[in-house]
Amino acid sequence: MTRHTLSVLVEDKPGVLTRVASLFARRAFNINSLAVGPTEIAGISRMTVVVDAQGDLIEQVTKQLNKLVNVIKIVELVSENSVQRDHILVKVRADAATRLQVTQAADLFRASVVDVSTDSLTIEATGHPDKLSALLNVLEPFGVREIVQSGTLAIGRGTRSMSDRALRAS
Amino acid sequence: MSKGSPASPALLAAKSPGPAGHAGTGAAPAHPATAVVGPNRVVEPIEMTGSEAIVRSLEELGVTDVFGLPGGAILPTYDPLMASSLNHILVRHEQGAGHAAQGYAMVTGQVGVCIATSGPGATNLVTPIMDAHMDSVPLVAITGQVSSGVIGTDAFQEADIVGITMPVTKHSYLVTHAQDIPRVLAEAFHLASTGRPGPVLVDVSKDAQQGTMTFSWPPAIELPGYRPVFRGHNKQLREAARLIREAAKPVLYVGGGVVKAHASAELLELAELTGAPVVTTLMARGAFPDSHKQHVGMPGMHGSVSAVTALQQADLLITLGARFDDRVTGILSTFAPHAKVIHADIDPAEISKNRTADVPIVGSVKEIIPDLTAAVRAEFDAEGTPDLGDWWSFLDNLRQTYPLGWTEPEDGLMSPQRVISRIGELTGPEGVYVAGVGQHQMWAAQFIKYERPQAWLNSGGAGTMGYSVPAAMGAKVGNPDRVVWAIDGDGCFQMTNQELATCVINQIPIKVAIINNSSLGMVRQWQTLFYDSRYSNTDLNTGHNTARVPDFVKLADAYGCAGLRCERAEDIDSTIQAALAINDRPVVIDFVVSPDSMVWPMVPSGVSNDQIQVARNLTPAWEEED
Repeated sequence: MTRHTLSVLVEDKPGVLTRVASLFARRAFNINSLAVGPTEIAGISRMTVVVDAQGDLIEQVTKQLNKLVNVIKIVELVSENSVQRDHILVKVRADAATRLQVTQAADLFRASVVDVSTDSLTIEATGHPDKLSALLNVLEPFGVREIVQSGTLAIGRGTRSMSDRALRAS
Repeated sequence: MSKGSPASPALLAAKSPGPAGHAGTGAAPAHPATAVVGPNRVVEPIEMTGSEAIVRSLEELGVTDVFGLPGGAILPTYDPLMASSLNHILVRHEQGAGHAAQGYAMVTGQVGVCIATSGPGATNLVTPIMDAHMDSVPLVAITGQVSSGVIGTDAFQEADIVGITMPVTKHSYLVTHAQDIPRVLAEAFHLASTGRPGPVLVDVSKDAQQGTMTFSWPPAIELPGYRPVFRGHNKQLREAARLIREAAKPVLYVGGGVVKAHASAELLELAELTGAPVVTTLMARGAFPDSHKQHVGMPGMHGSVSAVTALQQADLLITLGARFDDRVTGILSTFAPHAKVIHADIDPAEISKNRTADVPIVGSVKEIIPDLTAAVRAEFDAEGTPDLGDWWSFLDNLRQTYPLGWTEPEDGLMSPQRVISRIGELTGPEGVYVAGVGQHQMWAAQFIKYERPQAWLNSGGAGTMGYSVPAAMGAKVGNPDRVVWAIDGDGCFQMTNQELATCVINQIPIKVAIINNSSLGMVRQWQTLFYDSRYSNTDLNTGHNTARVPDFVKLADAYGCAGLRCERAEDIDSTIQAALAINDRPVVIDFVVSPDSMVWPMVPSGVSNDQIQVARNLTPAWEEED
């Protein structure tokens, strides 16, 4: 299995997320993560879909996605030419004895503490999925109580915008 | 994004205005001058209700016939329908409306339209919508929906039909504002009929139908994500021409896309230029004349030995509007093992989906075939014409040794193959033949000679039992001057025969040949072959020496159709002639045939096409030639 990151420009219309998710389900494609949000153009949303696919399957995934009428453009972003980030919030057990160690660990990953209580800390971090998994490994021994993580966001490096030729003309 | 885009060309090709490499040439060729289907009359703004707008939009789109059945949530639309120019045919079950619209679309090439109410009305359309999706039939299904204010409350007859049909539609709409109706319907027709055709669902809430709006025509279509490619890429066409010139054993593998694209004339020219054998798939029967000497038959599970072997032995497949369906390929890894593949299809996702293409060509075969013909002609002129003499001697030998045929059943009952052959011979190639699903479908594909496209309709991809009678009804509405035969099985017929009432009341004189073997015949055949002749739940008791429930002749009579029964081979011709002479009402013929007749040849499920059997356990003796 190879991991692929697809950036998908879609019309911001009801049901688009369902159409994409349902396509993955019925074609037996594996979604690793999915993130959706508005873009710089009104009416256009951007999905970042991380897909695990064997061999040539990614081409079929992309072609099937392209058949969805509300999908405007698809680009695969590879890590060398793109910035890829996940966002994570972790609630870690931390009492007076361990609090300092936990915050130091967070500092090492340029993560920040966003909530404190007597026996826990909530840490917020942003980064490449590999970095976040390293952070979790470090936090694990203290006792991770709760994790919430976003899907991967990805953007191409350089000046060009993915939507340059997709829709601005109209 | 950085220069040197990491996206592979294949990723970009699908939605660029031309195939990869044409990406910079602008969007101009992708759409004709207007995307709105129909005569594009200009209508100045005028106030009306949403339901009036539905009816008016259909009229402006050039629709003349629609099939449907009203109910609460679509009632507002049925009122203006009364005064409209549309011929609405009231069916007895919504599934019948859907298949009728498919049959209509298949023979006319226009979008078929069906209408149903919300909830169960809409869910009854699911099967024909799925059928149209599998067989790429242009269909617009309009359904009523509960008022937008109560959507999501489990209101009476509420069903999320957009959600239910999402996997089996090309696209779908939920309309909750009257003002959106003309644009949505224009988009729906455009989507259904262009690119790879398919079904589009338009679900309209009751308050959108009752609301007021300002109607004008033509509306502006807004489909930024829909840009089908029509012209094939020149470089690919030249490469395809080179492969054709170099091939010693080429085969034109022709699929239903050639029928949908109305490209039979273009195909004939290409075929005669290349001199290559032609196989027509179940969906493409008639796309190339059966009588043409280059036609070697239908490929697939029940294909002819010559067609199946041509593909298996080929060194080049020139694939036109076909999709390497498992019923054609058998075990994929063993299919046409020596062949390079040229694959032309309007749907980029079909290319290299099942079989990797050496030369992919995205576009409409209507454009690609003549361009390919020109490229091949140039190639032949420059480099010489290939000699296919050895290939043809091999195939001609197969055709002579293993012609399609049948053995007479031992129980003394009629052979279904003879009945179907005679229907085809006595009716001729100008008739329309609409099959259900099962043995009779395969025999109708094998033993009727098709000389023109749009003469053969069946449920290929979906395999929908019950397709035949309502689809034949729709075909007859679309082609009133042609003889339309529903060639049906006793099982299939019992699924949708209520549409005979629709046919009688609306004077749609179809002819139904029930190939009555008193069983779910294809399932029974598999039980014979693979389940030790244990006939679990396949006996229908409609035939010889049974309770005859129902009695098809009495049933026909009850509906006001002419009912005939034929039980002896010597009566086949006279019965068919009698049916052909009746044109003031539908005719139903109960052809009582043997339950033991089987469909041959057959490639058993799960093995290579090389294991084709011409009769039970009888595989052709292949010459060890390579």
